[in-house]
Amino acid sequence: MPVSVKNSEFLFAALKSAGITLLSALPETWLVHVMQMAEDDPDMTLIRLNKEEEGVGISSGAHLAGRKSAMLMQNHGLLTSVNGIVSVAQLYRIPLLMVISYRGEMGERDPWQTEGGRVTEPLLQSLGIMYRKLSDPATVAHEVQQAQTLAESSLRPVALLLTRDLMWEE
Amino acid sequence: MLREEALKAVYPRLKDQVVVTIMGAVAVELYNLGHQPNFFYLEHGMGLASSMGLGLAVSLPNERVTVLDGDGSVLMNLGSLSTLARYRPPNLIHWIFDNESLLSVGGFPTATGTGTDLAGIAEKAGAEHVALADTIEAAEQAFAEASEREGLSVIVSKVEPIGPASFAMDIGLLENRFEFARHVQGLERP
Repeated sequence: MPVSVKNSEFLFAALKSAGITLLSALPETWLVHVMQMAEDDPDMTLIRLNKEEEGVGISSGAHLAGRKSAMLMQNHGLLTSVNGIVSVAQLYRIPLLMVISYRGEMGERDPWQTEGGRVTEPLLQSLGIMYRKLSDPATVAHEVQQAQTLAESSLRPVALLLTRDLMWEE
Repeated sequence: MLREEALKAVYPRLKDQVVVTIMGAVAVELYNLGHQPNFFYLEHGMGLASSMGLGLAVSLPNERVTVLDGDGSVLMNLGSLSTLARYRPPNLIHWIFDNESLLSVGGFPTATGTGTDLAGIAEKAGAEHVALADTIEAAEQAFAEASEREGLSVIVSKVEPIGPASFAMDIGLLENRFEFARHVQGLERP
């Protein structure tokens, strides 16, 4: 599977460096290595979800308890989480860090991913969610830290979009 | 059984626990019994109270966390019963008040009124301790056992579709959120 192990390691290390100790996630091809790293790391709690919106509630509970967490999901998971993002995370000013694999963007070969790719950035913009696209492994640690900093100072959701260039090797 | 009476019966225990309620009648009835800084009223995001309870329970291992849920909310996020059972935090109580109705938005009937069995779903999702408590005595006993137990507890109570006369609560949504966060974060400090 040509998902980049090295860049998955960069991402996982960056999340840990940002103080995150809880990840909620739904299995997704590009995220398999990060999820495995989370599962194998005794200092990280991984909660596997049945549907991504649950992760909004879990991260909100963790935040109120003083714990830093992030959601790992595909952009279609973002689509299914919208009500939770609006009606819990935004309503209650939760600094929700969302790390999202950006399927259906340039280079996508799977036809079924393409509609989600087309609407991902417009959706984030319409929700007023600040986001960055991550393509360069050298900037991953910095971008994760910056995103977490903004989430905490603004008390709002922030998104990082993991691009094909970062996650896929072929 | 009236939900309000069940809450009143268990309030002495509840007031010392970290509590998340759903919106509407449950929130108002608990608030009217006596607000505590460890009570959080999730006024929207239907279905996510149980997910919040999971996030709180795994982050506050030394506290007892109780989610006061309802049939309409649970039906919106049935997958959560499975996620809770999968991780089964030993300090989490998931109490579902089933009035077979979306009471707070006009009383439309839910699927529990036509046979959907939430206790059965929770049990088959893998929850070890599932109790039915449809009387005050049963509710007191089930909640006492759940509060003493090291293990995820699910309680399902059939209640009358009757809510409070007024839904007014004299606490701001964000006021509740920040007060709750400050309080529960203080609980875990050594």
